[in-house]
Amino acid sequence: MDISIVDVRKEFGRYPALNDVSLTIRSGELIALLGPSGSGKTTLLRLIAGLEMPTAGTVLFGDEDASRKTVQERNVGFVFQHYALFRHMTVAENIGFGLRVRPRARRPARAEIRSRAVQLLDLVQLSGLEDRFPAQLSGGQRQRVALARALAIDPRVLLLDEPFGALDAQVRRELRRWLRELHDKTGHTTVFVTHDQEEAIELADRVVVMSQGRIEQIGSADEIYDSPASPFVFSFIGESSALPVVVRGGRVAFEDTDLAISAADIADGPARLCVRPHDVDLGEPGPGRVPGRVSLVRRSGAGRRVEVVAGKDAHRVEIEIPPDLSPSVGSTVGLGVRRWRLFPERAPAA
Amino acid sequence: MSDANAPRVRRRALRDATTESPAVRRLLIGLTIAILALLLVMPLVAVFSQALRLGLDQALATFQDPDAMDAVLLTLLVAAIAVPCNLVFGVAAAWAVAKYRFPGRAFLVTLIDLPFSVSPVVAGMVYIILLGPFTPIGGWLLEDFNIRIIFAVPGIVLATIFVTFPFIARELIPLMQEQGTGDEEAALSLGASGLRTFWHTTLPNVKWALLYGVLLCNARAMGEFGAVAVISGKLRGETVTMPLQIELYYQEFRASALVAAFTMAAVLAGLALITLIIKTWLEWRYADQLAATRGGH
Repeated sequence: MDISIVDVRKEFGRYPALNDVSLTIRSGELIALLGPSGSGKTTLLRLIAGLEMPTAGTVLFGDEDASRKTVQERNVGFVFQHYALFRHMTVAENIGFGLRVRPRARRPARAEIRSRAVQLLDLVQLSGLEDRFPAQLSGGQRQRVALARALAIDPRVLLLDEPFGALDAQVRRELRRWLRELHDKTGHTTVFVTHDQEEAIELADRVVVMSQGRIEQIGSADEIYDSPASPFVFSFIGESSALPVVVRGGRVAFEDTDLAISAADIADGPARLCVRPHDVDLGEPGPGRVPGRVSLVRRSGAGRRVEVVAGKDAHRVEIEIPPDLSPSVGSTVGLGVRRWRLFPERAPAA
Repeated sequence: MSDANAPRVRRRALRDATTESPAVRRLLIGLTIAILALLLVMPLVAVFSQALRLGLDQALATFQDPDAMDAVLLTLLVAAIAVPCNLVFGVAAAWAVAKYRFPGRAFLVTLIDLPFSVSPVVAGMVYIILLGPFTPIGGWLLEDFNIRIIFAVPGIVLATIFVTFPFIARELIPLMQEQGTGDEEAALSLGASGLRTFWHTTLPNVKWALLYGVLLCNARAMGEFGAVAVISGKLRGETVTMPLQIELYYQEFRASALVAAFTMAAVLAGLALITLIIKTWLEWRYADQLAATRGGH
């Protein structure tokens, strides 16, 4: 069952949290809503769940208008950042809750609920913990129980709100891989919210990048990483630096320096040149190179990070070089740009 | 540095930042105990010793007086009505304040506290002015339904509800605010109705706070004097609660009546002590569960 969000708008008071957002989620897909805090990603997730109602627009589950249904009627599995497990219930009672509160006609027998809980615990690899209380579990285990509880009602879509946000890095990576496997096994249409681009890229089939209540780009990890649609996406996905440049007749100039870059398809006028740290090389000043001065050198992992201050307005450019090079702070250098993206200023997306 | 300064400097450096010197500690603890003994323990001892001054038989004889028994029963009746009412009001008010955002929320919280800040006598007076037999509402109730509010049991119940209103709401509001709406949202998303969500998630999460509130509310409901004194008219055997009966006995200036006054006072004081003991026992017995419900995540 596909899920379509059509021209959805949500305002809290007079503050718009979502601006006419449209998105189609295909059946069985694993989708990440990625963005900084305040970008509207959690609001969008809660709108799909029915925990919030849109100010305008519709949410379709298949052909059905879900925006006219309550959260209970939508039958969604929602996993909260802070688990929201019922602390006075055992793990098995937590998982069985959604079945236990069903109207009598659709409620399975007590023993059946219990066996379903045990079965789901097995699926989330927590067999044997059915009689523990949430307080007796680790954070990672609690989140798995929360997921099992959401799966128990056989949801039409699984929604996860920053599911790994409260866990430490090691457990996070583990759970990430595990969630991907679980998704491939069960095939639930899944939407999760994250502000961690690594998590989104690694886990999702498609990533929806959001900013300020709008969708900036929808695409596979390759698409959003290799061909970002806006300076925002470029800077949010991976590290980057930006320089203000001027495009004239297919040539690109930074201040007085004509760069060895062609920009045939970009209209004349001010533009932004975006580069990744490993796509810039450091050398002597020269024609076609961005002039600058080294302001900081530090070791970072396998390479060396160099911060160069370029031009009259001291624009900072971060670059990564092999560790055997070690330029001295204060030396004058020229930067050669190997790969880049050019965005005209005041692009439609901005 | 001179040698004379060295030890003092060292001792200061060795003490934890939040620990006081032994002298200050002893002074503070001693002062607290002295104040408690003088203001709380001594009066309590005095109440019990006065009650038993003429022996246990004389003290127990108090309850053969029909007035005394009527006062005890009325007090129980008033508490039995007022506490459940405030249970419902308190939960509803705490729910509204903690789980929703609406204009005037802060004002509502202040309003809930009003009975704490207003003199109970004023509360009694206000109800007389509003509902007395010569007011529009009071007159209408009396003439058309023969229901008397003021100088009757309904007035006493009303005044007691007013005075004890904040106890349960005050216990619940901070806890419910801290817990947020996550558990409720989880229950709703799993298909639970609003009522089931309240019953299976909200209520279990606040049950201990609720029990505290009920205990405190009950103790206060049984002990309320000011508001009830104004509104009851002190009709012996009809509208006299235990605290009022104590005063009536006390004003008789007979040795036996004095014993009766202190016997009833001892019963009320005993009730307060039992309340505190239950509260402490609950805290000790269910410390882990309390920590779990208050701890959040």
